[in-house]
Amino acid sequence: MKNSDAAENEGLLVRRIKNGTVIDHIDGGEALNVVKILGITGTTHEALSIATNVPSRNMGCKDIVKLTNRELSKEEVDRIALISPRATINIIRNYKVCEKKGVEIPKIIEGLVKCPNPGCISNTNEPIRSKFEVLPKGLHCHYCDWVITRDLTSHII
Amino acid sequence: MSFESAMARLGGTSLSVGSIEACSIAKGETLADTVRVVSGYADAIVIRHPKEGAARLAAEFATVPVINAGDGAGQHPSQTLLDLYTIRQSMAIDKIDVALIGDLRYGRTAHSLASALSLYNARLHTLSPKGLELPVTLAAELCDKGMDIVEHDNINEIIRDVDVLYVTRIQRERFPDSASYFNVASNYRITPELLCGARSHLIILHPLPRIDEIDPRVDELPYARYFEQSRNGVPVRMAMLMEVMQ
Ligand SMILES: [Zn+2]
Repeated sequence: MKNSDAAENEGLLVRRIKNGTVIDHIDGGEALNVVKILGITGTTHEALSIATNVPSRNMGCKDIVKLTNRELSKEEVDRIALISPRATINIIRNYKVCEKKGVEIPKIIEGLVKCPNPGCISNTNEPIRSKFEVLPKGLHCHYCDWVITRDLTSHII
Repeated sequence: MSFESAMARLGGTSLSVGSIEACSIAKGETLADTVRVVSGYADAIVIRHPKEGAARLAAEFATVPVINAGDGAGQHPSQTLLDLYTIRQSMAIDKIDVALIGDLRYGRTAHSLASALSLYNARLHTLSPKGLELPVTLAAELCDKGMDIVEHDNINEIIRDVDVLYVTRIQRERFPDSASYFNVASNYRITPELLCGARSHLIILHPLPRIDEIDPRVDELPYARYFEQSRNGVPVRMAMLMEVMQ
């Protein structure tokens, strides 16, 4: 009973899309951060649907993001892993799931996060993108060795 | 600059780009551009820069070897090599007790020395004014490497237990007013009286220039090694330049 309830809720909350990307199994409450990581702002032209805290069999509750007419690249997908390692990505073409992929935590992330150290050379007008190594303890700045251990999303550029 | 002296003694010449702020940044040139241009003029680049990570960035754009001679409050690895050499002249480095005293937050010589000592199973004793402690991320990294770090709040409790006393400058700008600076500075001053009861083989190092951190009367004591340390800078830097240019 529970399962069909969940499916029904999901159906009501977010309609199927014809073409685009469905990001499923996002940790409950992280959907807005996922949208932020993908660089989607209020001025985006793509149709975007977000469902948060949807009951889920495996996760208790989860978030879902559906993005119309845009297929995410591998790099974009992997960034999501930083905040939601269980997320799954479905590429939809003509209402059908064409590709299903899990996210993989990247080893290096470039140009996504701003180094919190005001004295860091990456926060100047040098022709470089910020660069962080993803370590178990957090994100390590390639330039100044600063480590971001928490509240990752607040440092997203 | 001691790198210029080292280069001259190797029979080479050096070009001074001068203060980066005065030169490139004022003209609006990026460090990346400066380094690409200078790569065409020289066989190696020695860089000291006010921003952390500047040397790493320079190395990405240079086509010749880059030596980091200090990046902001980051690292000062060339100083560390001569510090280690000076310690090595007096004792084996393994498992020694080293005290780092002064501004450990912005003191890049202390950061680099602490990192290097973590390779020798040395125990670190730290003493710094409030707010100028070792950066948390660095301390965590050193602990991860298995280093034993003991924080102290009184200089007297350190003196008897260490083999090396590494004193760094406390900059006046770090304090809101001169009174609080002088108050702290006087509590950290190394005097002959303070050194009573020190281990006989204790050595005192300081990356120089010093201001009031070490009483000039200490210069006469066998513990004082900072001028020797400074002299060691030339051969050690000669070795570094040779190493990168060969
Ligand atoms: Zn940084």
